[in-house]
Amino acid sequence: MNTVMFAISVLLAVAMIGAAFITILAKRPATAMLAAGLVSLFASVLFLFMAAPDVAMTEAAIGSGLTTFLFFFVLGRVRGGRS
Amino acid sequence: MGLILDMIGGLLLVSGASFLLFGGLGLVRMPDIFNRIQAGAKTTTLGTLLTLAGAACLQPAWGLKLLLIGVFLIFTNPVSAQVLANAAHRRGTQKTPLTKVDHLAEDRGDKS
Amino acid sequence: MVDVLVTLAAIIAGVAFLLALVRFLLGPTRLDRVVAFDVLTVIAITFIVLAALIEGRGIYLDVALVYALLSFLGVIAVARYLEGRD
Repeated sequence: MNTVMFAISVLLAVAMIGAAFITILAKRPATAMLAAGLVSLFASVLFLFMAAPDVAMTEAAIGSGLTTFLFFFVLGRVRGGRS
Repeated sequence: MGLILDMIGGLLLVSGASFLLFGGLGLVRMPDIFNRIQAGAKTTTLGTLLTLAGAACLQPAWGLKLLLIGVFLIFTNPVSAQVLANAAHRRGTQKTPLTKVDHLAEDRGDKS
Repeated sequence: MVDVLVTLAAIIAGVAFLLALVRFLLGPTRLDRVVAFDVLTVIAITFIVLAALIEGRGIYLDVALVYALLSFLGVIAVARYLEGRD
Protein backbone atom coordinates (compact mmCIF):
# COMPACT_ATOMS: atom_id res chain seq x y z
CA MET A 1 0.00 0.00 0.00
CA ASN A 2 1.30 3.38 -1.04
CA THR A 3 1.71 6.35 1.30
CA VAL A 4 -0.96 8.33 -0.54
CA MET A 5 -3.36 5.41 -0.40
CA PHE A 6 -2.67 5.05 3.31
CA ALA A 7 -3.49 8.74 3.85
CA ILE A 8 -6.72 8.41 1.90
CA SER A 9 -7.57 5.26 3.88
CA VAL A 10 -7.16 7.16 7.16
CA LEU A 11 -9.35 9.96 5.78
CA LEU A 12 -12.00 7.44 4.73
CA ALA A 13 -11.92 5.68 8.10
CA VAL A 14 -12.38 8.93 10.02
CA ALA A 15 -15.21 9.97 7.69
CA MET A 16 -16.78 6.54 8.19
CA ILE A 17 -16.82 6.98 11.97
CA GLY A 18 -18.35 10.44 11.55
CA ALA A 19 -21.05 9.12 9.23
CA ALA A 20 -21.84 6.33 11.70
CA PHE A 21 -22.33 8.94 14.44
CA ILE A 22 -24.64 10.91 12.15
CA THR A 23 -26.61 7.70 11.57
CA ILE A 24 -27.12 7.27 15.29
CA LEU A 25 -27.78 10.90 16.21
CA ALA A 26 -29.91 12.07 13.27
CA LYS A 27 -33.41 13.34 14.03
CA ARG A 28 -35.01 12.41 10.73
CA PRO A 29 -35.01 8.93 9.18
CA ALA A 30 -33.99 10.18 5.73
CA THR A 31 -30.77 11.70 7.06
CA ALA A 32 -29.96 8.54 8.99
CA MET A 33 -30.47 6.37 5.90
CA LEU A 34 -28.29 8.62 3.78
CA ALA A 35 -25.53 8.48 6.39
CA ALA A 36 -25.84 4.69 6.51
CA GLY A 37 -25.39 4.59 2.74
CA LEU A 38 -22.34 6.79 3.17
CA VAL A 39 -20.84 4.38 5.73
CA SER A 40 -21.33 1.56 3.25
CA LEU A 41 -19.70 3.59 0.46
CA PHE A 42 -16.60 4.36 2.50
CA ALA A 43 -16.39 0.74 3.67
CA SER A 44 -16.48 -0.40 0.07
CA VAL A 45 -13.62 1.91 -0.96
CA LEU A 46 -11.64 0.75 2.09
CA PHE A 47 -12.16 -2.90 1.11
CA LEU A 48 -10.86 -2.02 -2.33
CA PHE A 49 -7.78 -0.34 -0.90
CA MET A 50 -7.08 -3.49 1.11
CA ALA A 51 -6.92 -5.42 -2.18
CA ALA A 52 -10.28 -7.19 -1.99
CA PRO A 53 -12.14 -6.14 -5.14
CA ASP A 54 -14.81 -8.86 -4.93
CA VAL A 55 -15.83 -7.90 -1.40
CA ALA A 56 -15.82 -4.25 -2.45
CA MET A 57 -18.07 -5.01 -5.40
CA THR A 58 -20.57 -6.88 -3.23
CA GLU A 59 -20.58 -4.10 -0.67
CA ALA A 60 -21.10 -1.49 -3.40
CA ALA A 61 -23.98 -3.35 -5.00
CA ILE A 62 -25.81 -4.51 -1.90
CA GLY A 63 -24.85 -2.06 0.82
CA SER A 64 -24.60 1.22 -0.96
CA GLY A 65 -26.97 0.77 -3.87
CA LEU A 66 -29.70 -1.68 -3.05
CA THR A 67 -30.12 -1.02 0.67
CA THR A 68 -30.52 2.74 0.22
CA PHE A 69 -33.00 2.18 -2.59
CA LEU A 70 -34.95 -0.36 -0.55
CA PHE A 71 -35.07 1.81 2.57
CA PHE A 72 -36.42 4.81 0.72
CA PHE A 73 -38.87 2.74 -1.32
CA VAL A 74 -40.33 1.19 1.84
CA LEU A 75 -40.39 4.53 3.66
CA GLY A 76 -42.31 6.10 0.78
CA ARG A 77 -44.79 3.20 0.83
CA VAL A 78 -45.33 3.50 4.56
CA ARG A 79 -45.90 7.24 4.46
CA GLY A 80 -48.21 6.89 1.46
CA GLY A 81 -50.32 4.23 3.17
CA ARG A 82 -50.77 6.20 6.35
CA SER A 83 -51.88 9.55 4.93
CA MET B 1 6.21 8.70 -27.68
CA GLY B 2 5.29 6.77 -24.54
CA LEU B 3 6.75 9.47 -22.32
CA ILE B 4 4.70 12.20 -23.98
CA LEU B 5 1.54 10.12 -23.63
CA ASP B 6 2.33 9.53 -19.96
CA MET B 7 2.81 13.24 -19.38
CA ILE B 8 -0.49 14.05 -21.12
CA GLY B 9 -2.23 11.41 -19.00
CA GLY B 10 -0.79 12.79 -15.76
CA LEU B 11 -1.79 16.35 -16.64
CA LEU B 12 -5.31 15.17 -17.52
CA LEU B 13 -5.50 13.42 -14.14
CA VAL B 14 -4.46 16.56 -12.27
CA SER B 15 -6.88 18.77 -14.23
CA GLY B 16 -9.76 16.35 -13.61
CA ALA B 17 -9.00 16.32 -9.89
CA SER B 18 -8.90 20.14 -9.94
CA PHE B 19 -12.39 20.19 -11.46
CA LEU B 20 -13.52 17.93 -8.61
CA LEU B 21 -11.97 20.41 -6.17
CA PHE B 22 -13.85 23.29 -7.79
CA GLY B 23 -17.04 21.25 -7.54
CA GLY B 24 -16.50 20.70 -3.83
CA LEU B 25 -15.74 24.39 -3.37
CA GLY B 26 -18.93 25.36 -5.18
CA LEU B 27 -20.86 22.85 -3.11
CA VAL B 28 -19.71 24.58 0.06
CA ARG B 29 -19.85 28.19 -1.09
CA MET B 30 -23.06 28.41 -3.15
CA PRO B 31 -26.02 30.02 -1.40
CA ASP B 32 -28.87 27.94 -2.73
CA ILE B 33 -29.74 24.32 -3.39
CA PHE B 34 -30.20 24.82 -7.13
CA ASN B 35 -26.78 26.43 -7.43
CA ARG B 36 -25.35 23.61 -5.36
CA ILE B 37 -26.88 20.97 -7.63
CA GLN B 38 -25.49 22.78 -10.66
CA ALA B 39 -22.00 23.10 -9.18
CA GLY B 40 -22.03 19.53 -7.95
CA ALA B 41 -23.30 17.84 -11.09
CA LYS B 42 -21.51 19.65 -13.90
CA THR B 43 -18.03 19.89 -12.44
CA THR B 44 -17.95 16.34 -11.14
CA THR B 45 -19.10 14.97 -14.50
CA LEU B 46 -16.35 16.81 -16.38
CA GLY B 47 -13.75 16.08 -13.71
CA THR B 48 -14.43 12.37 -13.68
CA LEU B 49 -14.43 12.20 -17.48
CA LEU B 50 -11.04 13.95 -17.57
CA THR B 51 -9.71 11.57 -14.93
CA LEU B 52 -10.91 8.57 -16.94
CA ALA B 53 -9.27 10.00 -20.07
CA GLY B 54 -6.01 10.44 -18.17
CA ALA B 55 -6.15 6.86 -16.91
CA ALA B 56 -6.79 5.69 -20.47
CA CYS B 57 -3.68 7.58 -21.59
CA LEU B 58 -1.58 6.02 -18.83
CA GLN B 59 -2.86 2.46 -19.33
CA PRO B 60 -4.20 2.08 -22.88
CA ALA B 61 -5.15 -1.57 -22.28
CA TRP B 62 -7.97 -0.51 -19.93
CA GLY B 63 -9.56 1.72 -22.54
CA LEU B 64 -12.77 -0.24 -23.05
CA LYS B 65 -13.67 -0.44 -19.36
CA LEU B 66 -12.88 3.23 -18.82
CA LEU B 67 -15.00 4.16 -21.83
CA LEU B 68 -17.88 2.10 -20.41
CA ILE B 69 -17.61 3.87 -17.04
CA GLY B 70 -17.61 7.22 -18.84
CA VAL B 71 -20.69 6.33 -20.87
CA PHE B 72 -22.56 5.27 -17.72
CA LEU B 73 -21.56 8.50 -15.99
CA ILE B 74 -22.76 10.59 -18.92
CA PHE B 75 -26.09 8.78 -18.84
CA THR B 76 -26.73 8.74 -15.10
CA ASN B 77 -25.22 11.91 -13.62
CA PRO B 78 -27.35 14.56 -15.41
CA VAL B 79 -30.48 12.48 -14.86
CA SER B 80 -29.93 12.36 -11.10
CA ALA B 81 -29.21 16.11 -11.03
CA GLN B 82 -32.40 16.84 -12.95
CA VAL B 83 -34.51 14.62 -10.69
CA LEU B 84 -33.04 16.30 -7.62
CA ALA B 85 -33.71 19.80 -8.97
CA ASN B 86 -37.26 18.80 -9.88
CA ALA B 87 -37.87 17.47 -6.37
CA ALA B 88 -36.44 20.64 -4.82
CA HIS B 89 -38.63 22.85 -7.00
CA ARG B 90 -41.72 20.78 -6.28
CA ARG B 91 -41.13 21.00 -2.56
CA GLY B 92 -40.93 24.78 -2.85
CA THR B 93 -37.42 25.03 -1.46
CA GLN B 94 -36.22 28.49 -0.48
CA LYS B 95 -34.50 30.22 -3.40
CA THR B 96 -31.76 32.78 -2.96
CA PRO B 97 -32.95 36.42 -3.21
CA LEU B 98 -30.67 36.89 -6.23
CA THR B 99 -32.98 34.72 -8.34
CA LYS B 100 -34.37 36.83 -11.16
CA VAL B 101 -36.56 34.47 -13.18
CA ASP B 102 -38.25 31.12 -12.63
CA HIS B 103 -39.63 29.80 -15.90
CA LEU B 104 -40.79 26.49 -14.43
CA ALA B 105 -43.05 28.20 -11.90
CA GLU B 106 -44.45 30.43 -14.66
CA ASP B 107 -45.23 27.41 -16.83
CA ARG B 108 -46.88 25.56 -13.94
CA GLY B 109 -48.91 28.67 -13.14
CA ASP B 110 -50.14 28.92 -16.71
CA LYS B 111 -51.24 25.32 -16.84
CA SER B 112 -53.19 25.13 -13.62
CA MET C 1 7.31 12.07 -12.86
CA VAL C 2 3.98 10.43 -13.57
CA ASP C 3 3.87 9.10 -10.01
CA VAL C 4 4.16 12.66 -8.71
CA LEU C 5 1.24 13.76 -10.88
CA VAL C 6 -0.90 10.82 -9.76
CA THR C 7 -0.07 11.64 -6.13
CA LEU C 8 -0.99 15.29 -6.69
CA ALA C 9 -4.31 14.27 -8.27
CA ALA C 10 -5.06 12.01 -5.28
CA ILE C 11 -4.34 14.85 -2.83
CA ILE C 12 -6.57 17.29 -4.74
CA ALA C 13 -9.37 14.71 -4.88
CA GLY C 14 -8.95 14.20 -1.12
CA VAL C 15 -9.47 17.92 -0.51
CA ALA C 16 -12.58 17.86 -2.71
CA PHE C 17 -13.80 14.86 -0.68
CA LEU C 18 -13.37 16.88 2.53
CA LEU C 19 -15.32 19.82 1.11
CA ALA C 20 -18.24 17.61 0.03
CA LEU C 21 -18.17 16.00 3.49
CA VAL C 22 -18.49 19.46 5.07
CA ARG C 23 -21.59 20.07 2.98
CA PHE C 24 -23.00 16.72 4.11
CA LEU C 25 -22.35 17.62 7.75
CA LEU C 26 -23.97 21.06 7.77
CA GLY C 27 -26.47 20.82 4.93
CA PRO C 28 -29.57 22.66 6.10
CA THR C 29 -32.11 20.56 4.22
CA ARG C 30 -32.14 16.89 3.34
CA LEU C 31 -31.79 17.60 -0.37
CA ASP C 32 -28.44 19.28 0.30
CA ARG C 33 -27.32 16.05 1.90
CA VAL C 34 -28.50 14.09 -1.12
CA VAL C 35 -26.46 16.35 -3.41
CA ALA C 36 -23.41 15.86 -1.20
CA PHE C 37 -24.00 12.08 -1.30
CA ASP C 38 -24.04 12.15 -5.09
CA VAL C 39 -20.81 14.16 -5.27
CA LEU C 40 -19.16 11.86 -2.71
CA THR C 41 -20.05 8.84 -4.84
CA VAL C 42 -18.48 10.40 -7.92
CA ILE C 43 -15.33 11.31 -5.94
CA ALA C 44 -15.21 7.70 -4.73
CA ILE C 45 -15.18 6.60 -8.40
CA THR C 46 -12.17 8.87 -8.93
CA PHE C 47 -10.47 7.34 -5.88
CA ILE C 48 -11.04 3.86 -7.28
CA VAL C 49 -9.56 4.79 -10.67
CA LEU C 50 -6.52 6.36 -8.97
CA ALA C 51 -6.07 3.26 -6.80
CA ALA C 52 -6.22 1.08 -9.91
CA LEU C 53 -3.53 3.26 -11.48
CA ILE C 54 -1.29 3.15 -8.41
CA GLU C 55 -1.59 -0.59 -7.88
CA GLY C 56 -1.63 -1.38 -11.58
CA ARG C 57 -4.54 -3.81 -11.34
CA GLY C 58 -7.30 -3.45 -13.90
CA ILE C 59 -9.77 -5.58 -11.95
CA TYR C 60 -10.38 -2.62 -9.62
CA LEU C 61 -12.24 -0.82 -12.38
CA ASP C 62 -15.15 -3.26 -12.13
CA VAL C 63 -16.04 -1.75 -8.76
CA ALA C 64 -16.09 1.72 -10.34
CA LEU C 65 -18.41 0.32 -13.02
CA VAL C 66 -20.80 -0.97 -10.36
CA TYR C 67 -20.75 2.44 -8.66
CA ALA C 68 -21.44 4.31 -11.90
CA LEU C 69 -24.48 2.07 -12.42
CA LEU C 70 -25.89 1.92 -8.91
CA SER C 71 -25.31 5.32 -7.29
CA PHE C 72 -27.95 6.66 -9.62
CA LEU C 73 -30.60 4.27 -8.27
CA GLY C 74 -30.23 5.45 -4.70
CA VAL C 75 -30.40 9.13 -5.64
CA ILE C 76 -33.52 8.54 -7.75
CA ALA C 77 -35.22 6.73 -4.86
CA VAL C 78 -34.37 9.51 -2.41
CA ALA C 79 -35.62 12.19 -4.78
CA ARG C 80 -38.87 10.32 -5.40
CA TYR C 81 -39.39 9.98 -1.66
CA LEU C 82 -38.70 13.64 -0.90
CA GLU C 83 -40.81 14.79 -3.84
CA GLY C 84 -43.92 12.84 -2.93
CA ARG C 85 -44.14 14.21 0.57
CA ASP C 86 -45.16 17.86 0.77
